[in-house]
Amino acid sequence: MQTELIQEARRQAEICNACRYCEGYCSVFPSLHAERAFSDGDITQLANLCHNCRGCYYACQYTAPHEFDLNLPKALAEVRRESWESFAWPQPLARRFHTHGGAIALALVVGFALLFWAIRVIGSSGGEGFYAVLSHNAMVAIFAPAFLLPLFSLAISLRRYWAEVGGKPIQMSDLIAALKRAGKMQDLAAGHGEGCNFEDEDRFSQGRRHIHHAIMYGFLLCLASTSVATILHYAFGLHAPYGFWSLPKLFGVSGGILLTVGCGAMVLLKQKSDRELGDPSAWGGEIGFVLLLGFVGLSGLVLYTLSSTALMPALLAIHLGSVLTFFLLVPYTKMAHGFYRLAALIRDAQRKRELSVGC
Amino acid sequence: MTTQKEAYDIAVIGGGNAALCAAMTAAEAGARVLILETAPKPYRGGNSRHTRNFRCMHSAPLGPLIEEYSEDEYLEDLLKVTGGKTDEHLARLAIRTSEECLPWMEEHGVRFQPSLSGTLSLARTNAFFMGGGKSLVNAYYRTAAGLGVDVLYEAAVTHLELNGDRIEWVDYTYEGQSHLITPKAVIVASGGFQADTDWLTRAWGEPAKNFLIRGTPYNRGVVLSDLLDQGVDSVGDPTQCHAVAIDGRAPKFDGGIVTRLDCVPFSIVVNKNAERFYDEGEDVWPKRYAIWGRLVAAQPNQVGYVIIDAKSLNLFMPSVFPPLKADTLEELAAMMDLPADKLKATVAEFNEACGDTSGFHPTELDGVTTSGLTPPKTNWARPITEPPFYGYSLRTGVTFTYLGLKVDDTAQCSTANGKIKNLWAAGETMAGSILGQGYLAGFGMTIGTVFGRISGREAAAYAN
Repeated sequence: MQTELIQEARRQAEICNACRYCEGYCSVFPSLHAERAFSDGDITQLANLCHNCRGCYYACQYTAPHEFDLNLPKALAEVRRESWESFAWPQPLARRFHTHGGAIALALVVGFALLFWAIRVIGSSGGEGFYAVLSHNAMVAIFAPAFLLPLFSLAISLRRYWAEVGGKPIQMSDLIAALKRAGKMQDLAAGHGEGCNFEDEDRFSQGRRHIHHAIMYGFLLCLASTSVATILHYAFGLHAPYGFWSLPKLFGVSGGILLTVGCGAMVLLKQKSDRELGDPSAWGGEIGFVLLLGFVGLSGLVLYTLSSTALMPALLAIHLGSVLTFFLLVPYTKMAHGFYRLAALIRDAQRKRELSVGC
Repeated sequence: MTTQKEAYDIAVIGGGNAALCAAMTAAEAGARVLILETAPKPYRGGNSRHTRNFRCMHSAPLGPLIEEYSEDEYLEDLLKVTGGKTDEHLARLAIRTSEECLPWMEEHGVRFQPSLSGTLSLARTNAFFMGGGKSLVNAYYRTAAGLGVDVLYEAAVTHLELNGDRIEWVDYTYEGQSHLITPKAVIVASGGFQADTDWLTRAWGEPAKNFLIRGTPYNRGVVLSDLLDQGVDSVGDPTQCHAVAIDGRAPKFDGGIVTRLDCVPFSIVVNKNAERFYDEGEDVWPKRYAIWGRLVAAQPNQVGYVIIDAKSLNLFMPSVFPPLKADTLEELAAMMDLPADKLKATVAEFNEACGDTSGFHPTELDGVTTSGLTPPKTNWARPITEPPFYGYSLRTGVTFTYLGLKVDDTAQCSTANGKIKNLWAAGETMAGSILGQGYLAGFGMTIGTVFGRISGREAAAYAN
């Protein structure tokens, strides 16, 4: 970890700890106020609890030009990204994509190329629909590792995170508490539930929270679509293509729409925000990632719409190429934040539980 | 010199809580309002930026407030801190009106939160702003903008022309040019004069040069002095200010809440000659920090040094700057530029005077006292023996000044010849009418909100 980033965040946290005005905004402050001194692990945990809602920045009487020069959302955003990079495995991949949108674009082109190549070389063994272009076995051979390898990598990273922040064995109640907070994106709502200060300085708005909801639930629906299809295929012998009123299609289409619209709206919203209240060096990587995710959704919808046309094979390669790239980059892009956030919320639920037991 | 292009009914001078309450109220009554705020936008809001709560009467649970807080109990709390130096009629008006203010504040964008950690004693009496005073100020500026109130930042009012019983015009500078406007009515809500060190020094004496100002550097009392020079009635002791003991490393201005130090009751405090000068354990800190502002002001160089040992480090709220830390008293003395032998002797003498410490209780008056020591330490007296030793410096931090404009219960100003028809005052600049001395947490915001709204209402009625 870069000690200067941690040290700057620590300096700011110590000022916050003497003030405490922001206690009601989010999970960060009650957690911060529970400590007198901040270890590197404490700062890492606070950084991953912070959802960058910016409420504390606009409420702060110590922001520049004040000599204390507080900008906690930025300090924590920088530590957060640095923590993801330093926990990532394997390390050679860790520091490419968070800060470089161009690297994500390049990876996408490689993804396209791989799929076109696979279709050309492997092709079909006589299936229906998409399987007429690339066989089911070939898809599984490509995507099973592309799905499992990133999960394996993330598991290593999260173990490192858990050790760094002093996590304890997880109880079901910790997990439920964390999932509830994450499910509602409560930390993007401020303590009064009116949202964050993102697109128009200190105006509270639900814009970012609702857009994030669209992306998150859209993504989960797409994932559900694939999962249900896998179950139908192996457990029930029901093979694709599925009709519109099937679960895979209903999940997939609604998820794809939410994902596409959500990602488009997020890119527009980010343009209005003040970059200096986030991690400015990660700007390109974040936008690149949101565009990639949105492209996954959009290409899926286009593929679905034009699946009976001559464009289908090319569209299939493009969609699957983007999915491949997306999955492989999960541990090294902004996508990792969801896993770390959840880990941080679980750790925070543990802290609160320990506190209430202690009383 | 340029004259106004737009005709405003009301000019509000100042940009803090009272000014904003006045401006919003007047705009809602249909007046065209201009706020002249001398600070740049990032520093707008005067001392309201640094506030965190609003003391509010309530006959039943109200918003974040629990139980009840009656008018009489509120007044009693006020009389305790002012020693009776208050205008009871105005005080009761402020107290009584505070109850209707809380929902009004919410309607105008203020959000409250449960009492902050370390402030549970105020959960019944004080409503805390979510995010503190700056978020209140932000919300009010947004609401005011929505009501059509115009705001000029870095607009420094230099003069109000008083002619008989009315203000004829307002002079101010903006973007390097002098301007003159002729609003129908003027509301002064521009605070005290504590940021004008020369004025403070004239009032208090030379030591004031070493005082720190806890709040905004923009409360220089320019308009207050201009009006007093023209014979507008004043109130409050011109030589006094409210001052507390704060971390000696705090910035000269705008250090705000974080520079407070809560460790004095668990310490001994010495002056630069390493001599103790007052009972550090006289009472719980919230009741004593104002006294210590004056005590430190009376010491050489207006500075005090707090000495604690390892066992007391975690008994108080964390400080914004870490304490000085040393393994021996000699080293600590060297770091603080104190005579080491004398400090050791003072600590030894104190330690010998400590008795049975088994009844030590950090949050209540525990009667753990010294014996045969002058001055004594009458609570929390535990010997300073466990290294590492920690040290803080203490300086006098000025919160506000008491001298202000005298107003009646419609917030209207006057001269010896009677009321000034179109001049009202609200907030710190008239608080001396009610707070003759001392301070009651959250009461400044009460005065600002109540009299801000009254002055806005009255000025709008006059302008219409």
